[in-house]
Amino acid sequence: MNAIRLASVFVGGALFGFGLALSTMVQPEVILAFLQWNNCGLLLVLGGAAGVTLLTYRFAPRLLARPLAGGQFNTHVSVMSRDTVIGAAIFGIGWGLSGVCPGPAVASIGVGNWPVLWAMAGMFAGAWIHGSLAKAE
Amino acid sequence: MATLFPDGWTQFLAGGLIMGTGVSLLFVMAGIIGGMSSVFTTTLSYVTRAPHFQQQKFVNARSWRLVLAAGLIAGAFAWRIWAAPADGIVTTVPWWRLLAGGVCIGYGARRAGGCTSGHGICGLASLQLPSLIAVLTFLATAMLTAQVAARMLAR
Repeated sequence: MNAIRLASVFVGGALFGFGLALSTMVQPEVILAFLQWNNCGLLLVLGGAAGVTLLTYRFAPRLLARPLAGGQFNTHVSVMSRDTVIGAAIFGIGWGLSGVCPGPAVASIGVGNWPVLWAMAGMFAGAWIHGSLAKAE
Repeated sequence: MATLFPDGWTQFLAGGLIMGTGVSLLFVMAGIIGGMSSVFTTTLSYVTRAPHFQQQKFVNARSWRLVLAAGLIAGAFAWRIWAAPADGIVTTVPWWRLLAGGVCIGYGARRAGGCTSGHGICGLASLQLPSLIAVLTFLATAMLTAQVAARMLAR
């Protein structure tokens, strides 16, 4: 990947991390309050982010032949399978237990919410367990 | 409104719109559709020889996915300098809930092929039915778990 693409990935990630911090998604207490129906804020975060992204995914490939820094437009492929449902159910149990998910866990390092490193360690362990049990495609 | 949003709502909408702008930038500049949970698998490909981790799709993406994660940290750090409260943000959720939850998250997200950003933001924005089902499934189990935990465990 060339330098301009890598720089774009960094800047896009920085906006994402800034948004996660601004929207208080880096605070597990806010996530847990949402999951206990005491604060609907997460729906605004998800809706706002997905809304902007939906417009971009729709219109960018119509207006541009290829991404501005090269490469090609990828498409999101999610498959309907038992793994998707079972995996999502297990993911939700972890999310409800900790109030953390992967994006906020990474961003928590930036805001200095150090106890979340426990969750990060767990995520590496969980991904390692998954990859060790899974067959290579 | 006060009951739906006891801490106000503008920070949520503004943060979400900025996050969407970041995800959009990835796509417009580099064509990338990226959630966050893959970074755990791709980073493990540096240190484990197990065949699942050594697939081309993971090895090829491991450097830019680390750059993406570094971007998240930098952006969150910028917010910290700009607006974080003086005493910082340190969660009071107990370590074992974070650790055990993290294991379920790492395993579940990789098995499901995405997390709150991959299925939630990118998948919904792509109008993918499997992502919608994944989102509804993890919202349901997360709400159940959080509410049971709140009743059974003294935090």
